[in-house]
Amino acid sequence: MANDTVPSGIKLPIYMDNHATTRMDPRVLEAMLPYFTESFGNAASRNHEYGWVAEQGVEQSRERIAKLIGASSKEIIFTSGATESDNLAIKGIAEMYREKGNHIITQVTEHKAVLDTCKRLEKHGFRVTYLPVQKDGRIDLDDLKRAMDEKTILVTIMAANNEIGSLQPIREIGALCHEKGVFFHTDAVQAIGKVPFNVIADNVDLASITGHKLYGPKGCGALYVRRKNPRVQLVAQIDGGGHERGMRSGTLNVPGIVGLGKACELAMNEMEQEAKYLSGLRNSLRDHIFAELDEVYINGSTEHRLPGNMNISFAYVEGESLLMGINDIAVSSGSACTSATLEPSYVLKALGAGDDLAHSSIRFGLGRFNTQAEVDYVARRVIDTVKRLRELSPLYEMVKEGIDITKVQWAAEGGH
Amino acid sequence: MAYSDKVLDHYTNPRNVGSLDKSSQTVGTGLVGAPECGDVMKLQIKVNPQTNVIEEAKFKTFGCGSAIASSSLATEWVKGKTVDEALQIKNTDIVKELSLPPVKIHCSVLAEDAIRAAISDWKKKNNGEAQ
Repeated sequence: MANDTVPSGIKLPIYMDNHATTRMDPRVLEAMLPYFTESFGNAASRNHEYGWVAEQGVEQSRERIAKLIGASSKEIIFTSGATESDNLAIKGIAEMYREKGNHIITQVTEHKAVLDTCKRLEKHGFRVTYLPVQKDGRIDLDDLKRAMDEKTILVTIMAANNEIGSLQPIREIGALCHEKGVFFHTDAVQAIGKVPFNVIADNVDLASITGHKLYGPKGCGALYVRRKNPRVQLVAQIDGGGHERGMRSGTLNVPGIVGLGKACELAMNEMEQEAKYLSGLRNSLRDHIFAELDEVYINGSTEHRLPGNMNISFAYVEGESLLMGINDIAVSSGSACTSATLEPSYVLKALGAGDDLAHSSIRFGLGRFNTQAEVDYVARRVIDTVKRLRELSPLYEMVKEGIDITKVQWAAEGGH
Repeated sequence: MAYSDKVLDHYTNPRNVGSLDKSSQTVGTGLVGAPECGDVMKLQIKVNPQTNVIEEAKFKTFGCGSAIASSSLATEWVKGKTVDEALQIKNTDIVKELSLPPVKIHCSVLAEDAIRAAISDWKKKNNGEAQ
């Protein structure tokens, strides 16, 4: 609707959901293509040219990934993506160091790949501490310090949050872990290639990476596993031919790996400039919206934040109805009005913003291929739609009449 | 989620948006739902004291597209009906008319609640004499 005013050069729908996934960079695709056809060999085939060529592609990629994160290429283990990397890191450490301790520390706004893996381990006799987050989405280091005990073997805290873009103080977390002799794993899928990330400087022992969040392919990821100071050992979670130094069996996804490596190389060269570009677009979107709408709130940290992320609550407007009004724009909402329980985003709830603001939130994820013209169009559409929906909103009307809606006795008669 | 054409139509062109004077003797106001549940509906009716016919209906809704459509439809349906006739409207009728999927049935329940709450408010104001 309302598409009659689309400026030239804009193709609808506009994609602004780059934390969910990213469009593959054409340069990545170009690097991958030969490995589907002429260079199709199995990287584990040691006896012929096909195998050697595939292996070369894999090893070059390993080096490119390692370079981006300050690791050595031998410390990169290829997986099917971040979910597998998280599972391998957490379960692999838990199983390997069980004798040493059974306590794991994580935090409440982790991705489900971490939270559900921890929950699984709780069923197998592990104790898990879920640290709270502060209003800016970051953990309090004192909470972490207090949670550590002699049984703690692993701390797993994400580098950047996928919903609110908050950057955790991983360098300080890692330092604390090393001081106490505890391993530190970080799900770094949103951070790597977007903000500086260095496993040595940041004191990281294990880091999950995936291709499709940084303009590479889906279905291909990696796990960084530190080889010294300290040396990290893992129990493999997939048994088979002993690939990847015995930590992850299975024939390597050579085209995917080559794509992931190329994506890391591009990020290495372009990250600094791209971060400036994206934060510029992000701030422009924010400024447009704040100039024309009252009662809008940024969720998460303003200072420690991914450059392309903006998560905003538009008070008194429900997120799903807002998405419906801007259906030519691909973004996500923290509202999940799809069940009788109507649970909004657990990440936003963890910030203590209140369920009503969680229901009113939209996540904008800007990426490499977004333009200023798109930002201008999106801002206009969002502003117009919010205004229209507020005309429809009994809450906005009540607030304008001076009623404190937090003091109203709500009769939730809808059976939930 | 794919929305039915009727939901889209009510969402894009909601009927009877607005407010009536809630202090008026002839107006009944229903406010149901809660902000933390993601749905709040306000539905108001203006009743002719002689005939008990609902002459005007207005709504405002905070909620998803299906909630907006359900309440918009509810105002259309109650208009011209007597209070007793309006009480016959069932949430299942709304589900059917708007082709709501199972996950959105609560929106229709809320709309039915809003009609009942508005009528009950009006009855209270009129000491139940107009029953």
